[in-house]
Amino acid sequence: MIPGSSPADVATGGTAAPGIPVVEATEIDKWFGHLHVLQKVSLTVWPREVVVIIGPSGSGKSTFLRCVNHLEKIDGGSLTVNGHPIGYRTRRGRLVEDRERRIALQRRDVGMVFQRFNLFPHMTALENVTAAPIHVLGTERREAKELGRSLLARVGLEHKADSYPGHLSGGQQQRVAIARALAMKPALMLFDEATSALDPEMIGEVLDVMKELAQDGMTMIVVTHEMGFAREVGDRVIMMDEGSIVEQGQPGELFTSPKHERTQSFLSKIIH
Amino acid sequence: MSLIGAIQFDSHYFWQHLLHPQGFFLTAVETTVYLAVAGQALGTIIGLPLAMARRSTNRLLVALAWLYSWVWRGTPLLVQLLIIDVGLAQSGIYHWRDLHFGLFTLPGEQQAAILTLALAEAAYMGEIFRAAIGSIDRGQWEAAKTVGMAPWPTMRLVILPQAARVVVPPLGNEFITMLKQTSLLSVIGVTELFRTTSDINSADFKTFEIFFVAAIWYLLLTSVWSLIQNRLEARLARSDRAVVAVSEKTSLGRLTGVVR
Repeated sequence: MIPGSSPADVATGGTAAPGIPVVEATEIDKWFGHLHVLQKVSLTVWPREVVVIIGPSGSGKSTFLRCVNHLEKIDGGSLTVNGHPIGYRTRRGRLVEDRERRIALQRRDVGMVFQRFNLFPHMTALENVTAAPIHVLGTERREAKELGRSLLARVGLEHKADSYPGHLSGGQQQRVAIARALAMKPALMLFDEATSALDPEMIGEVLDVMKELAQDGMTMIVVTHEMGFAREVGDRVIMMDEGSIVEQGQPGELFTSPKHERTQSFLSKIIH
Repeated sequence: MSLIGAIQFDSHYFWQHLLHPQGFFLTAVETTVYLAVAGQALGTIIGLPLAMARRSTNRLLVALAWLYSWVWRGTPLLVQLLIIDVGLAQSGIYHWRDLHFGLFTLPGEQQAAILTLALAEAAYMGEIFRAAIGSIDRGQWEAAKTVGMAPWPTMRLVILPQAARVVVPPLGNEFITMLKQTSLLSVIGVTELFRTTSDINSADFKTFEIFFVAAIWYLLLTSVWSLIQNRLEARLARSDRAVVAVSEKTSLGRLTGVVR
């Protein structure tokens, strides 16, 4: 573990009581026009679990991830985070989409890291990390800065606190993005191909941070092409193709003896 | 008679008015500047909510903002001025009265002028803001959402600061246009630069000389603004460069040279 980090504030960051799944997706349907991108996808994620989603591009894995924090609407099924439906509310027995402001409240518990970092370019690394605690949670500035510095230290970037994203390498930017998400003390972290836009020599530093996060007990859903990471860190690997879950299992099992032929062919293409 | 000989130019009159302007002339220059500044500032302030209304999910708001922009951009300022000032008074809807603030008096026609300039400018600024907000990467909105920001904090903390960089160059152009179109205010009796020049012309009938002086004043005003704008844009460009991803292969030395 990196000095300065505390496993407790990650592991207990959320409000998930043991026994309640962090994410419970039931038969989710999602359409993009005529394209049925998610077809009755069901998935339950338990506290402290690291679920890795693999699959060819266009299989719906990123879309699923984006549904979990309601960046995408779902067209059918149900989805709860910590037991609460996200983005929707039942009114007279029917599901009604929530107002943006209410969804914003629900999103606090879910951190997300993007393929293209999406740091705020006009803010320093530290400001990127402290913006949400200060302006969303109402944390006092000094306290937020302290937290921000400790999170930057945790991702190994304390010395870059005052740098703007434009002055940081891709790997550094992604680590700041992870710190930014952690600053909201989320119960769940989503990683959407977090290393796919990085030069090869920077992938390791980001995966290391993710690995430590997993070891500290963070509940994570990771969409990735890094099979080494999936095998080493994942508690469960989900194989998606054409909008559905083809098969799932423990990494050892799934990688060594995939049952489904689509999993076999996907793995044979990706692992040489 | 040669063509050159036909030119009548009272250079003494010209230099006299250019270099030793009378007090009321300078007051007119002042009026031109503050009306342009007031019109631009208010127009910018009104333009922002107009742009947001255009981006709203509420269809009524979108329609109203569109209608506003359609009407104000589609009619001449001259016509708008006459309707707001003379038209309103004649129809009995509203009569502009001078307002007194201690020593300072804001004449009725100047109130009508500021209002009209601001309302017309808001339509243009609305479009400029709309384009600037639209130019911000979708990922910025999404990143703000995922850290729990509601729509307004997202706008205020993430989108607008970035949109501001995009807005400054067109805003500068708008202000130059604004400075020049204050000359139209003469039709509703505002004693700004053009009106005062016309008055002098009526008395002396040295049209070429006195309007040459006026032209030089307008040029001076727009040039001073251009200088300010260039400074502003250079500064923005400098911080823009800082945002553009520095190549990962850049040496540390060059990096530290760029980092403030």
